[in-house]
Amino acid sequence: MSLIHEIDYGTPRSKAETMVTLTIDGETMTVPEGTSIMRAAKEMGTAIPKLCATDMVEAFGSCRLCLVEIEGRAGTPASCTTPVLPGMVVKTQTDRLKRLRKGVMELYISDHPLDCLTCAANGDCELQDMAGAVGLRDVRYGHEGHNHPNPGLDESNPYFTYDPSKCIVCSRCVRACEEVQGTFALTIAGRGFDSVVSPGMEESFLGSECVSCGACVQACPTATLTEKSVIEIGQPEHSVITTCAYCGVGCTFKAEMRGNEVVRMVPWKDGKANRGHSCVKGRFAWGYASHKERILNPMIRESITDPWREVSWEEAIAHTASEFKRIQAKYGRLSIGGITSSRCTNEETFLVQKLIRGGFGNNNVDTCARVCHSPTGYGLSQTYGTSAGTQDFDSVEQSDVILLIGANPTDAHPVFGSRMKKRLREGAKLIVLDPRRIDLVRMPHVEASHHLPLRPGTNVAVLTALAHVVVTEGLADEHFVRERCDWDEFQDWAAFVADPRHSPEAISELCGVPAEDIRAAARLYAGGENGAIYYGLGVTEHSQGSTTVMAIANLAMATGNIGRPGVGVNPLRGQNNVQGACDMGSFPHEFSGYRHVSGDETRQLFESLWGVPLDSEPGLRIPNMLDAAVDGVFKGLYVQGEDILQSDPDTRHVAAGLAAMECVVVQDLFLNETANYAHVFLPGSTFLEKDGTFTNAERRIQRVRKVMPSKSGKADWEITLDLAHAMGFDMNYAHPSEIMDEIARLTPSFAGVSYAKLEAEGSVQWPCNEKAPLGTPVMHIDGFVRGRGRFMVTEYVATDERTGPRFPLLLTTGRILSQYNVGAQTRRTENVVWHGEDRLEIHPHDAEQRGVHDGQWVKLASRSGETSLRALITERVAPGVVYTTFHHPGTQANVVTTDFSDWATNCPEYKVTAVQVMPSNGPTAWQEGYDEQSRNSRRIAPLVEAAE
Amino acid sequence: MSERSSDKLVHMANQIGKFFASQGAETAPAAIAEHLRKFWDPRMRVGILAHLEAGGAGLDPLVRDAIEKLREMMAVR
Ligand code: SF4
Ligand code: SF4
Ligand code: SF4
Ligand code: FES
Repeated sequence: MSLIHEIDYGTPRSKAETMVTLTIDGETMTVPEGTSIMRAAKEMGTAIPKLCATDMVEAFGSCRLCLVEIEGRAGTPASCTTPVLPGMVVKTQTDRLKRLRKGVMELYISDHPLDCLTCAANGDCELQDMAGAVGLRDVRYGHEGHNHPNPGLDESNPYFTYDPSKCIVCSRCVRACEEVQGTFALTIAGRGFDSVVSPGMEESFLGSECVSCGACVQACPTATLTEKSVIEIGQPEHSVITTCAYCGVGCTFKAEMRGNEVVRMVPWKDGKANRGHSCVKGRFAWGYASHKERILNPMIRESITDPWREVSWEEAIAHTASEFKRIQAKYGRLSIGGITSSRCTNEETFLVQKLIRGGFGNNNVDTCARVCHSPTGYGLSQTYGTSAGTQDFDSVEQSDVILLIGANPTDAHPVFGSRMKKRLREGAKLIVLDPRRIDLVRMPHVEASHHLPLRPGTNVAVLTALAHVVVTEGLADEHFVRERCDWDEFQDWAAFVADPRHSPEAISELCGVPAEDIRAAARLYAGGENGAIYYGLGVTEHSQGSTTVMAIANLAMATGNIGRPGVGVNPLRGQNNVQGACDMGSFPHEFSGYRHVSGDETRQLFESLWGVPLDSEPGLRIPNMLDAAVDGVFKGLYVQGEDILQSDPDTRHVAAGLAAMECVVVQDLFLNETANYAHVFLPGSTFLEKDGTFTNAERRIQRVRKVMPSKSGKADWEITLDLAHAMGFDMNYAHPSEIMDEIARLTPSFAGVSYAKLEAEGSVQWPCNEKAPLGTPVMHIDGFVRGRGRFMVTEYVATDERTGPRFPLLLTTGRILSQYNVGAQTRRTENVVWHGEDRLEIHPHDAEQRGVHDGQWVKLASRSGETSLRALITERVAPGVVYTTFHHPGTQANVVTTDFSDWATNCPEYKVTAVQVMPSNGPTAWQEGYDEQSRNSRRIAPLVEAAE
Repeated sequence: MSERSSDKLVHMANQIGKFFASQGAETAPAAIAEHLRKFWDPRMRVGILAHLEAGGAGLDPLVRDAIEKLREMMAVR
């Protein structure tokens, strides 16, 4: 293993199809039109000296180091800004060029501090490299030339420093922030020799608009912007390619290491989801892996009021198996079950469901996708025949109109958000359907054409109204529909949506959006060349979540926006492996590849390979498990990598369900909230400590690679394996690659997937099989997976969660950039500087009516329960709507959410809860009681006591 | 099955009914029954059957028909 040095071609790849042939240093070279001379030379293997150019951003031409000579042209043009032309004859190295470059370098070095030996970038500094490359041996101006103005070291960002004395004002950072990240946080302030990089108007990095994505740090050729971890540890010596374990974008990173210590995570340019970009979480927030609160030894306890007792792996596994067996003997085969994790690998998830189906002998397995994207699975399989998004992320580069529904990509899917912003800056139009004025509605250089701030819970009504406009104004793509969809079903659907009761005018009052805005949005979406829909949990987490997904699918079919790059229906998945967890058969009613357990042929396939009979009846879903537990018939639960107490709705009900069980086994990194109710704790491993694969929101299967040994001694898949053996269920694998081989054997859409192929290709998107050996970036190209596209009638049904005099406001929940899900990881990193607590966003009008001041404690109450948190007064939310995040257990936002759920999948209705808000003095009695219970529950008996 | 649980089942079954209602009284009950068979675990199905047996308070008419159908489907199996 060595350090991977990625090639920097100096300027971005040209996408042109026309090719141009030229001669560089006597060699003939053919490249796409629009390629710079610098890039053409590099592709040939010749590195022209450069400082201000890097291939992540457009060339700028300021340093004058990359000069070349071109036959027939006077002067020495910059090769980074000069595009190739047919027949051009270029020389990259002549006496004149050497002299000029030396002169340029002399100037740079004369005012650069010469503390190279102790500089953090020593060994990774392009200024050093260039001094070497041009053969600089002498600086005629002396080294006393005064350094650039030095406003002082800025260490405000928790992850990187800015040392202006080292800055060569190449503006790579400024361009990276603009072009790659799209935040426009940096400017070059001052002029000429006095110019300096500045975040905002004399602000520190932390106080500026900066979102800490790290793009500028990566772009900086010197030590000016440097990761604090590099300053502290030193330069890395080897690197391993792996996949971020946070969100469903699935960014590829180089874990740059020194021994077993991670020095930094650097986004990999060949990563097909991220193309070299990252967000603050994947790039910097990995410190939780070595946080002092991580539990590294297995623990058990008799009762949840006892302190934990550390035990050996053997004892923990044997105890768990004997408890599960005892419970099944006493309460029956169906009395236990398990939950797989969208954070774990495909292989680990597959094993957990295998253990449950094969070892527990029932189908009581579910996954946290239940509470996020289960309606996507149901809705898209009904209409298109497959439970996944239709496009790859690259597709957005070809979209002309983007319809964004109930998603906030700049916070929740930041790298994809940046790619979307880039396309919007190029001129694509944006329509935002969201109760909140998310950042994309208006931010630097991006402005939505339409924002429809609909009332929470009225998605179906608004989507049907959009369809009404499409059908009644003749905007449907009849040719596409006739060719690709069921024409009779289309006509039924068209008649339904054309009904005047679905017109924008008719539903305007209900949804709170002016009719003309709905009409204009529909015209824009239907009229664009390539219309793409992206959506998130604002679509799924409703009592009509599945209906909304179908309404989206209808709209895309009716306008012919399916089956080619630039269009499609794209669910933005929350956690890193939600897609994978669903694919792997984590749902109680289906095996991997979305095949129902009642299908005899499929079941027999699994039975013959696993050597056990399998149940043909669907098992319990998470909410059903909890109901059954409260009813006294469900007694044992194996939870891998989930924190249902914090993440699932109606906390009190979840707590009652868990408390009613006799053996709750939690496998996680930390004593999470669910572990307060656990009897066995099995310490899990982070993504840095194991091999496997994740599948991102674009169905891309990517390798996770072990970069350090497991701190607890076992990877999560090994724990499941041990548990299976102890339960008497035989399964054997020496490496996760063997699990993938089994998945491929049993799952048609994965038939062509193997670690060898992933090694060779980097990643593949399923379906990957004989028909598509290298995977499928865009689905439904020649026909829908189910045959003909199916239009579904989507009648709007108001949720039963209604506002009234007691609970007059609507609460909707979400998340923010720096935190992730229940926050178990991100709260244990420096990311807390951006979000130390959950706040309640409330409109100034509603706040004033209630006498609530900014920052004041307020009580948030619903029919389920109440909690307290501090208020944030903002116009981002509409009057009548309040909003909060659920990253902090102290807030317990889910004490307030209700047990209403999607009709088809039981996905909880997180996005609509009728609430009241009133000033309060601080945490509620429940919060204080909970806090005490948590502290008690986390006690670990000292080893001495345990030994006695 | 507790009262809360059977109330919940009734609520959930009616929700499913409301989606399929647009397919008309002819086909909706079969579609609802099929949905219950595919997605509800046996205990929940037994629960809703028992609730219908006990008078079926709160169940929408289409859903009652569907649960009758479900009973037939389960008997065949
Ligand atoms: S970290 Fe990202 S957002 Fe912040 S200044 Fe650098 S590029 Fe811009
Ligand atoms: S901070 Fe780095 S990237 Fe930015 S202008 Fe200075 S040297 Fe260039
Ligand atoms: S966008 Fe998502 S996958 Fe990419 S670095 Fe951020 S959290 Fe990780
Ligand atoms: S690299 Fe071309 S001008 Fe700087």
